[in-house]
Amino acid sequence: MNVSSILFYAISAFILGAGILAVTSVKIFRAAIWLLFSLVGIAALYFWMQVEFIAAIQIVVYVGGIVVLIIFSIFLTQHSGKEMKSTPLNKKIFSALAALFGTAFVHNLIVHYDGFAFNSAEPFNANVAKIGTQMLSTTSHGFILPFEVVSMLLLAAMIGCIVIAMRPAQTTAADTNILNHKN
Amino acid sequence: MQEIPLTQILFVSTALFFIGMYGLFTRRNLITMLMSIELMLNSVNINFVAFNKYLFPDNLDGIFFTLFIITIAAAEAAVAIAIIINLYRSHNSIDVDDASEMKY
Repeated sequence: MNVSSILFYAISAFILGAGILAVTSVKIFRAAIWLLFSLVGIAALYFWMQVEFIAAIQIVVYVGGIVVLIIFSIFLTQHSGKEMKSTPLNKKIFSALAALFGTAFVHNLIVHYDGFAFNSAEPFNANVAKIGTQMLSTTSHGFILPFEVVSMLLLAAMIGCIVIAMRPAQTTAADTNILNHKN
Repeated sequence: MQEIPLTQILFVSTALFFIGMYGLFTRRNLITMLMSIELMLNSVNINFVAFNKYLFPDNLDGIFFTLFIITIAAAEAAVAIAIIINLYRSHNSIDVDDASEMKY
């Protein structure tokens, strides 16, 4: 039990504890903040695995982008401080049983599977120069095609969001109701 | 680093995935359901990076899959929030039980 493994267990406990609080908290704003802590913990796990680039991307995109977007939409759609409608107890119990059963099942599979072919011929090296070169290379292991496709997807998602969330132009309240019923 | 085997990282990601699944089953609010889906996507990302690091250290395919999953998750969250805001405008609620016109 050295410092590295103690760090791993601490990070894992932090991720799982914050995740459980994020899905069980009755106030939606607190749930969003617990989700943020869980995502920061996952970034710490990436740092622990020495993939610093993915950890930085995790912090920039998830913590700086998605969680902020979620908090904005909470402010737009919820009355802050109000507690959410609680789910029926039997539904909670059966969901918890399903989750526990699934965890135990997959845990059992992982424990009894011994086909992991550990390949430690050369040390793992994921520096940014290597990632960038392979991302934009056109040779057989390059990722230029998915890179371009995902850029088109982001453009389509951006235009789609604007179109979906756009208010119908210059209509009265009654017209808006009619339009919404038509849609 | 070598003291922690791959299986322990897989246990953490499994537990995180099923925490997200529990949230998806019990929550009735669209924003919290979206948050549960983000937890599940993150557990998959941990798996990709861990398999890449432990089993195939000489190439970087798991890292690239993680990058693309993060990109698509960002696009998905943006579109989902646009739909949620549109639903709130027409129903004044983002509870899934209140939007049941197209059920059955």
